[in-house]
Amino acid sequence: MTSLQKGIIYGLLLCAAVLTLYPILYTVSASFMTSGEAATSPPKLLPSSLYLGNYAEVTDLLPIGRFIGNSFLISTAIMLGQLLTASMAAYAFSFLRFAGRSLLFGLFLSTMMIPWEVTVIPNYLTVKSWDWLDSYKALIVPFLASAFGVFLLRQFFLQLPRELFEAARIDGCGHIRIFLRIVLPLSKPALATLGVYSFLNHWNMYLWPLLVTNGEEMRTVQIGISMLQFEEMTSWNLVLAGVVLVLLPSLLLLVLGLKQLVRGMTAGAVKG
Amino acid sequence: MSTVQDHLRPPHPKSERPSTAERTGRRTLRSAALREHLLAYGFLAPSLALFAVFLFYPLLKSVYLSLHLTDPRGRIAAYAGLDNFTELFTSDKFYQSLQVTLSFTLLTVPTGIALALLLAALSHNKLRGMKVFQFIFSLPVAISVGTGSVIWMMLFHPTLGTLNYFLSLLGVEGIRWLSDPAWALYSVSIMTVWMNLGFNYIVLLSGLQSVPEEIYDSAKIDGSGPLRTFFGLTLPLISPTLFFSGIVSVIGAFQSFGQIHILTKGGPMNSTDVIVFNIYEDAFVNFRFGIGSAQALVLFAVILLLTIVQFRMFERKVHYQ
Repeated sequence: MTSLQKGIIYGLLLCAAVLTLYPILYTVSASFMTSGEAATSPPKLLPSSLYLGNYAEVTDLLPIGRFIGNSFLISTAIMLGQLLTASMAAYAFSFLRFAGRSLLFGLFLSTMMIPWEVTVIPNYLTVKSWDWLDSYKALIVPFLASAFGVFLLRQFFLQLPRELFEAARIDGCGHIRIFLRIVLPLSKPALATLGVYSFLNHWNMYLWPLLVTNGEEMRTVQIGISMLQFEEMTSWNLVLAGVVLVLLPSLLLLVLGLKQLVRGMTAGAVKG
Repeated sequence: MSTVQDHLRPPHPKSERPSTAERTGRRTLRSAALREHLLAYGFLAPSLALFAVFLFYPLLKSVYLSLHLTDPRGRIAAYAGLDNFTELFTSDKFYQSLQVTLSFTLLTVPTGIALALLLAALSHNKLRGMKVFQFIFSLPVAISVGTGSVIWMMLFHPTLGTLNYFLSLLGVEGIRWLSDPAWALYSVSIMTVWMNLGFNYIVLLSGLQSVPEEIYDSAKIDGSGPLRTFFGLTLPLISPTLFFSGIVSVIGAFQSFGQIHILTKGGPMNSTDVIVFNIYEDAFVNFRFGIGSAQALVLFAVILLLTIVQFRMFERKVHYQ
């Protein structure tokens, strides 16, 4: 590669990186400005000093810790639930022989085609009729099973070496022992991928929490943060300090989970 | 395959009646098969129960609701037959929201994929510092629709937002990004392309990484330049990945809601009134669950149709290794 080509590549990448990062960097920068600084025209790009007042004020005004805690609790519960239900169903589809197996598997796969919007109205009515509005149950239970998870784990289970199971069976292991002692420990990469995917997905949920929660103490990060603009706030910096606070956990998650996510995406993408 | 098969033995050819040993053997065989059935359904039970309550039942209920009218409190008031559908297909607002959704899809999907592909191709080479760029372009995947929309709401602000400030530096007059009907859909699309960049980039980069090195080496020996290699070789090889991200992006675009709800609320003058926002308004603001359900079913049909069309159109051209 000539140095001119290299220069062009670096130049393009640098421009793109600045454009991609700009919204985030500006958010961080503006969250340190005083309201006076933010209202100046033309707008300033950098704060004159690291003013922490916005952070103090926004945590005073809003239970941001509570929002983050709620989102964390809900996403974790859904992630664990999906890992459990999906791995059990995937085990049945991969290793057990029963009547209606291919029919049920087809049924599971076809549920991936149903858009969430088609079920949202009846689900809202169901949850409402059970008096579950404004409760963790409403935010968690409808998402505990995942057809995508079953599919992903089944693909992985089927690639595990057959000899292991035969050996285990000769040693007198039943299916439950094989599931717990052999299949689950060997499937850590696939379980981790599903875990990261499901956690991020439900951390980012918007429509459902908007519908089923009203009280401030039940709001998740996504709803809480968008409510900021409706509160009586004149200063954008306050809002942005809140945004930075709720952004931190997701960024941390990305740093920890990116590798797992890329690996899982490839598995899905290559198969088309 | 299963324990059952290992136990299977052909019946004894000579004796007409099975011996006692064989009878007990068959009994344990039958009970083993029964046990396996029970275990299988036990393992499937949690998923099946949840799907039944939150997926299959709602799907049927949607059909039921779409054939009924509801009172202002959302209770079933009367059987309506196909009135809800007739109302939809004769109302201008529905066609407008369908058109808005299509425009939004056309604005976000091709640009989003092309941009992500360009960045993935540029950052997928063995130069110094590429890991940093790869992390930066994946970053938006961590930005959710809630936080992303609030950030862009501020960037789009007509007087305090920095986008108009940059335009003024270029000598361009400020744009009312979100309140001008001519601009609102573009603004929402720009934000959406940015938000989806992370996902598209990750998918396409991993597609590029799965192409074996040797193919590039032999192309180089044959004297193929970088552009020819990319269009003639890389692109066909990653076509399954492109196909995948195309389908996922189209489905995602049709289901967009959060950014519309936060940034424009469907306005100004319904210029950003996508189908899902329309469903939300009908069902959860006006409590017209019947017409909302009818729309949701139409959305389902449209997504299904588009997916099938995409499969028909592109799958023949997709190259599977």
